[in-house]
Amino acid sequence: MSVAAGTRAALRQPAPPSFASKIKNFLRIDGWGALVLPLLVFLILVFILPLFVMLQKSFTDPTFGWQNYTAIFAQSVYVKVLGNTFLTAAIVTAVTLLLAFPYAYLMTLATPKWRTVMLVLVLVPFWTSILVRSFALVLLLRDTGVLNSLAQDAGLIAEPVTIIRTMSGVVIGMVQVALPFAVLPIYATMRTIDRRLLQAAEGLGDRPSGAFLRIFVPLSLPGVAAAILLTFVQALGYYITPALLGGPKNTMIGELIVQQVSTVLRFGFAAALATMLLVTTFLLIGLASKYFDLQKHLMGQS
Amino acid sequence: MTKSQETQYESSGAPIRISGISKTYKELTVLDSVDLDIRGGEFLTLLGASGSGKSTLLNILAGFVKPSGGTIEVDGVDVSRLPPHKRGLGMVFQHYALFPHMSVAENVAYPLKRLGVPKAEIIRRVGEALDMVDLGRMANRKPTEISGGQQQRVALARAIVFRPRVLLMDEPLGALDKMLREQLQLEIRKLHKDIGITFVFVTHDQDEALTMSDRIALLKDGQIVQLGTPEELYNAPSCRYAAEFVGVSNIFQGSIKNSAFIDGQHAREFKLPLGHAKEGTGLMIRPEHMRVSPAGQITNTIHDQIGATVEDCIYLGSSRTVQARTDAGALLIARTEVPRSPDGIHAGAQIQMHWEAADARVLA
Amino acid sequence: MNRILARTALILLAAIIGLYLLLPVLVVVPMSLSSSSFLTFPPKELSLRWYQQLLDDPSWGRSAFASLKVALLSATVSVILGTLAALALVRGRFPFRNAVTAVLLAPLIVPYVIVGLAVYIAFLNLGLTETTLGFVLVHTCLGVPYVMINVSTGLVSVDRRLEMASMNLGAGPVSTFFRITLPLILPSVLAGALFAFITSWDEVVTAIFLSGPDMTTMPVKMWSGIRVQVDPAVAAVSSLSLLVIISTFLLMGAVKMIRKMIDRRASLTMNEGI
Repeated sequence: MSVAAGTRAALRQPAPPSFASKIKNFLRIDGWGALVLPLLVFLILVFILPLFVMLQKSFTDPTFGWQNYTAIFAQSVYVKVLGNTFLTAAIVTAVTLLLAFPYAYLMTLATPKWRTVMLVLVLVPFWTSILVRSFALVLLLRDTGVLNSLAQDAGLIAEPVTIIRTMSGVVIGMVQVALPFAVLPIYATMRTIDRRLLQAAEGLGDRPSGAFLRIFVPLSLPGVAAAILLTFVQALGYYITPALLGGPKNTMIGELIVQQVSTVLRFGFAAALATMLLVTTFLLIGLASKYFDLQKHLMGQS
Repeated sequence: MTKSQETQYESSGAPIRISGISKTYKELTVLDSVDLDIRGGEFLTLLGASGSGKSTLLNILAGFVKPSGGTIEVDGVDVSRLPPHKRGLGMVFQHYALFPHMSVAENVAYPLKRLGVPKAEIIRRVGEALDMVDLGRMANRKPTEISGGQQQRVALARAIVFRPRVLLMDEPLGALDKMLREQLQLEIRKLHKDIGITFVFVTHDQDEALTMSDRIALLKDGQIVQLGTPEELYNAPSCRYAAEFVGVSNIFQGSIKNSAFIDGQHAREFKLPLGHAKEGTGLMIRPEHMRVSPAGQITNTIHDQIGATVEDCIYLGSSRTVQARTDAGALLIARTEVPRSPDGIHAGAQIQMHWEAADARVLA
Repeated sequence: MNRILARTALILLAAIIGLYLLLPVLVVVPMSLSSSSFLTFPPKELSLRWYQQLLDDPSWGRSAFASLKVALLSATVSVILGTLAALALVRGRFPFRNAVTAVLLAPLIVPYVIVGLAVYIAFLNLGLTETTLGFVLVHTCLGVPYVMINVSTGLVSVDRRLEMASMNLGAGPVSTFFRITLPLILPSVLAGALFAFITSWDEVVTAIFLSGPDMTTMPVKMWSGIRVQVDPAVAAVSSLSLLVIISTFLLMGAVKMIRKMIDRRASLTMNEGI
C-alpha cells in the first residue's frame, strides 16, 4: 500500500508545496508506521513519565528548591562517591578495552569453528545473571575463596591476597560484566575490515606490525569508540557488582541511591542523585552521537 | 608526459626468473612446477580461466603466498624467502585495496613514508604521480568519494610512486564497465611505455591480454600451456585449449595421415598448410578465414569445403557472423565483412563453408 | 617468527579471558553440591543438602513461581509490542523518527538503578509495587528493545520481492504478512522472546525496588541471601537457574536441528518425486 502511495506521489507533478502541505507531509504516518504507536505510548507511560516524576521529586521532596542538589556537594562523603564513580568507570573502561580489543581481533583471525566458540564464551555471561556471576566471583576471590586456597596450597602465596572489598575486586567483577558489551561492537567493526588492505600495505613496503597499526587499528576505531562509550556509561550506573565486591570505600552512585531510599527514605535526595546520573548519561550519549551512529551499534548488537 | 618526468622513471625494469614454482593445498595442486622467464621491462600477461593458478602465481611473486617448492629471482636475486614488504615490487590489487580512512594523497604517500623519504620530496612525488594519472585535483578526496575508474588510477599511482622495477597487477580492471576498461587498457599500456618497468598483469579476459601484452603466458590447471606474443597465441595456438581460449575457432577433430588431415566426424580429408607438424589431433580455422557460399554456387576449387545448414545470421555492423551446422552436427562459425556477404545466406539455407589450406592450423 | 610469537601470546590471552568469562558461571555448580555451610571448593563431601533446603523453604518456591509468571507475561507483551514496533521501524513512515527511535532504545541506555527508583516513586502512589502487574510493566520496558532489535534485523534481510510475489499471486497484505513475512522472521521473533524472558528472569536491580513482603522475585530473594551473609542455598539456586538457561539453549538448538532435518527430508522426497 505504501508502494502505491509512493508511486502516485511520484507521478504527480510537484507543484511548489505550501507550508501547510509541508507540515502535513512531515506528519504523515502510514499503516506500517502506526504500528509503532502501541510501544511508544507504553514506554512513554511506563518508562518516560516515571523519569519525569522522579525529576519533579528531586525538586519538591521534602520542600521545593535546589536543596537536594546542594546537599550532594555540601558533604565530602557524597562528593567522594561521585569521584569514585567516575574513577571506577574509567578504570573499568580502560581494562575492558585492553582485553576486548585483542579478543575481538583474534575472533577475526580464528577459523569459523573457533570463532563460534569464542562468541559463545562472550555471550555466556550475557545470558547469565549479573547476580550469579558477582556471587561466584565472591566465592572465587574472597580470602577463603577458591583462588586464594589454590594458590596457598600450591605455595605461591603465604597469606591470602585480599581482593574482595577493594577496588581490584570491583574492577575484576565489573570488567567481567562489561566485556560482552565491548567485544561485540569491536568485533562487528573489525569483521568488516578488508584483510586485503593489510596485504596491500605490506606490498607497499610496510612491516606487518606497521600495517596493523596504520591500517587495521584506525579502521577499527568506530567500533572501539562505541565500546568505550557503552562500557563507560553502563559502568557509571552499576549497582550489584560494586555492592557485592567492593567495600565501603568503593561505594558508587548506584549504591548510594539505593541506600538513600531503602535505609533513610530520602526520596528527594536519591532522585537528585539519579537525575544527575541520568543527565550525565544523556550528555555523554548526545556528545558521542555527534561523532558516530550509536543507534547503528545498538541495533547491530544482536 | 614531460621530459623531466621521463628521466625520473628511467630505471629499467627488472627481469624475473620463476623456476619450478609449485603450490599445493592438501591434495589440490594449484601450480605444478612452473618455469617462466620474464624479461626486464616487458609487459607480460598471465592469462587463464578462474582456477588456472594465475592469481596464485602473482601472489607468490608478491610474497603473499608461500610456494610449496621452487624459487623466484628478481634481477638475479633470490627473493623466495623475503616477506612482501621487503620485495619492493609495486602491486595493483583486485578491487584496488585503497585505504578508506586516508585521502587519495595519503594513499599515494603511504609507500614513500615507509621508505623514509623526506617530507618535501613526498609531497613533490605524490603530486607528480597523481598528475601522471590525471588526478591532481582529487588529492584531498577520500577513496569513497571518487569513481571506480579514478580509484583504479589512484591504485596505479600508489603502486608506481616509489619507483619499483616491477609492477604486479591482479585483474585490475575487472570491476569496471566495458568502455572504461578499454580506455584504461590503453592508458596502462601507455604508462608501461613511459616508465619502462616490468609489468606482470593477471587477467581472465583474452581480449584484454591481446590488447595490452608484449607476451602472454596462458595457464591451465597450474601449468603454462603456451607462452608467446599475442600474434603467436592467436595465429599459432599450441593446443586445442589455447585455440579455444584465445579467440573463436572452428576445430575439426581427427589425425594426420599421408600429409593430409583426416576428419573422423565428417569422414573427410582436408589439405594441410605448408610446414605443418607431423602429428596432430585437430585442424583449426578462425572464423575470419572461413568463407560462405550458397550451396551449388561454384566456389574456388582450391579451397577445402564442407556443406552446412545456416542456423543463425547475426549482423554486427562492420561484419556478419554466420552460424551453421554440418550434417554430422558440428557447429561452424564464419565471420564475413558485410559488403561481401553473398545473397541467399539466411537461417535454414544450405551453404558451403570453405577455406584456404594456408589459413588452417594443426593443433597438437 | 615474530608473527608466530605474537599469535601465541594472543591465543594465550584469549584463553585467559575465556576462562575469566566462563569460570564464575561454572564454579557455582560444584560449590552448590558441598555439604559444608561455608561453600568450599573443591567440595570435601558431595551432598544435595542445599537443594533439599530449597524444597523445605516454601519462600523459594513462591519467589520462583513469581519470577516465572512475570518473565512469561513480560516476554509475551514484549514480543507483541516489539514486533509491531520493528515492523514500523523497518517498513513504516512516521514523524519524528529519530526521537521516537531514541525513546524505543532508551531502556538500553538508562541505568537500571535510575529506572528502579523512578518507577518505584511513580508506582508507590498507584499501588503497583509488589504486584505482578507492576513487575510485568517494568520488565517489559527492559526486554522490549531486544525484541525490537532482533526482529528489525530479521526484517531487513527479508526479500521484499517474496511479498510482492505473494501479492501478485493473489494474497492480500494481511494474508501475505501471516503466510510469508511472519514465517520468515519467526526465528528472530523467537530469539527476541528468549532475550526478553531471560532479561526478566534475571532482573534484580529494578526488582529490588519493587519487591516487598507481598511479592519477591527470585533474584531479589537471592540478593538478600548473599547480601547479609553468604547463604549456600544461593549457589544451589544459581545452579538451577543456569540449568534452566542452558536447557533453553539446548532446546532451541534441538528445534533448529529438527527443522533442518525436516527440511532435508522434504527436499529429498521432492527429488525422489522428480
